[in-house]
Amino acid sequence: MSVGNSLYLVAPEIILGASGLLLLLIGAWGGFKSSRLVSILAVAALFAASAVAFEFLTNPSFADGGDAFFGQYRVDKFSALTKLLIYISAIVSIIIAPRFFENAGSRRTSAMRPEYPVLILFASVGMGMMVSAVDLMTLYIGLELNSLAAYVLASFLRNDERSAEAGLKYFVLGALASGILLFGMSLLYGFTGTTSFNGINQAFEGGLSTGALFGLIFVLAGMAFKISAVPFHMWTPDVYEGAPTPVTTFFATAPKVAALALTMRLAIEAFGSQVAAWQQIIIFIALASIVVGAAGAIGQTNIKRLLAYSSINNVGFILIGLAAANQAGASAMLVYLMIYVAMTLGSFVAVLDLRDADGNQVEEISSLAGLSKSRPALAAAMAIFMFSLAGIPPLFGFWGKFLVFEAAVKADLILLAALGIAASVIGAFYYLKVIKVMYFDEPADVVVKSDSKSHAIIIALCALFVSPLGYLLIPVLGNIADQAAAALFWAF
Amino acid sequence: MIQVFTFYLFATLLIASGAFTIFSRNPVHSVLWLILAFFNAAGLMVLVGAEFIAMLLVIVYVGAVAVLFLFVVMMLDIDFAELRAGFMKNVPLGILLAIIFVCELIFGIGAYRAGKIELADAPVNPAREGASNIEAVGELLYTKYIFLFETAGIILLVAMVGAIVLTNRKRAGVRPQKVADQVARRPEDATRNMQPEVGKGVEL
Repeated sequence: MSVGNSLYLVAPEIILGASGLLLLLIGAWGGFKSSRLVSILAVAALFAASAVAFEFLTNPSFADGGDAFFGQYRVDKFSALTKLLIYISAIVSIIIAPRFFENAGSRRTSAMRPEYPVLILFASVGMGMMVSAVDLMTLYIGLELNSLAAYVLASFLRNDERSAEAGLKYFVLGALASGILLFGMSLLYGFTGTTSFNGINQAFEGGLSTGALFGLIFVLAGMAFKISAVPFHMWTPDVYEGAPTPVTTFFATAPKVAALALTMRLAIEAFGSQVAAWQQIIIFIALASIVVGAAGAIGQTNIKRLLAYSSINNVGFILIGLAAANQAGASAMLVYLMIYVAMTLGSFVAVLDLRDADGNQVEEISSLAGLSKSRPALAAAMAIFMFSLAGIPPLFGFWGKFLVFEAAVKADLILLAALGIAASVIGAFYYLKVIKVMYFDEPADVVVKSDSKSHAIIIALCALFVSPLGYLLIPVLGNIADQAAAALFWAF
Repeated sequence: MIQVFTFYLFATLLIASGAFTIFSRNPVHSVLWLILAFFNAAGLMVLVGAEFIAMLLVIVYVGAVAVLFLFVVMMLDIDFAELRAGFMKNVPLGILLAIIFVCELIFGIGAYRAGKIELADAPVNPAREGASNIEAVGELLYTKYIFLFETAGIILLVAMVGAIVLTNRKRAGVRPQKVADQVARRPEDATRNMQPEVGKGVEL
């Protein structure tokens, strides 16, 4: 494995990292005025990285993938697919940002600064490393790079109290989770003598010592924090509510995809020979996430908090696919992730489009009353996203849920599937409540028309994807997801 | 012979400066004693052949951590008399903690004597045969682990960018120097030659 080949395989990270450094210089010399240029160039860099990831995904010469840097980093269809999802989310988060920050700043100055797209680029480098990690060190460095950028982004509106609080809360709890993860990793290293996923898997074939079991549990706990699965979800509503909405859009999509993909790779490639040891943990956190996500959302009055609980709920459903611990389950998770990204991006951009006459963001659910009269198209799109998040049949969100439940039933986890379906009925209540407020309540006339073309295009694309038309894509998506999942199960 | 002598020299100085760190009344002196302790510990590390750790101790602990302590101690206006006033109140807690630590020490040494835990076999040493510690670390960092090493650099950069983004702002009401204007100012712009008559003042 030559260094040149390694460098070629990490091309997406090199493109993003190098353009991040370059754009940082442009931002440093150009000042606030260069925000627009830096944003455009950052989107271009993300498109270039996506093109490379697309090449890895589709070019048959990469069908078997390849390891870079002596088995610390792997390019395969799984990493390429998840990277594409991550980059798309990052692109959307950059495109929607300038409008929001211009209104959020004080009267004279915009709060948009060139560091925003640069931090998103660096976070994308970290997330790309996470989904490609096949070594505990790559995992940790990628995760820290992503988290550190995320802490700063959460408090990007530093004059806003809620934003500063969100950043601080995220930082303290994230540091704790990193500590737990690191402790677990050191135990794993001590009891298996290696940091590579493959080596850990081989060491586990001979049986699991108590120390290694503790390491496994600590690592999974650290990951559960990053995907905001239930016993470690407490930060999610506060951070999602307090962070600037474009940043929340980013948090709810890209890092979640990266952390879920990393959890899949850890569970299957590193701990794959001891499925019994982690399966019950995953079953527990999946069910707990579904129930808490559904029950916690009922009393919420802020739409961003509601969407935060909705994302906890959806992570639970996605983890059901992991609990099945087979290739069909992994494939179902990937299809669900693709649909989840579209639904979440769409609903957050729709929230971003809600402004009152003074240009302030509207976040209260009660203010959405009568949206169907004042903004019929937006209300219709919102309704599509809500129905889809609830998993109601004609919409595409149903397909993802159907696939994970099918995988669970085939893996003889019938009780888990039954409980999950029952809990999804509770979840449907609060999604439907939003639709009821928009369509049947007395108009509150808070939200005014928006003239943003980019929002309209993104919302329309996402709505089209999750609408029944999305079912036409099933052969394509299913095929890609199957291949990506197969890449994960190469050892079996 | 010389090794034994140096070992006892460093060890004695280390313990002595550690004790002075605790007992010195002036916090600035405490930090200075701490720095002396770090230097002696680095000397001990060199004696056992861990020259890389010795350098880390000096560069990281003395160069960064201790200097940071010194800054904090000198910048913050802490009333140490007031801090000491609460001493007697906290003595029971301190003694309790000390007892816990002693118990842990005894347990730890006892467990160590009883035999070690079943850990994995030590992994194969990836370093080149015959390389010194510093050479081995450098070679591995810049070949096998170059990707992770560079990314770690980006993490530090992100931390720096974050600190600047979150704290740097334009301050109102400050009068910064305008070096170019000050240099460009000529004597004839700023001074006048006067010929004051005797007995009269100068009109400004």
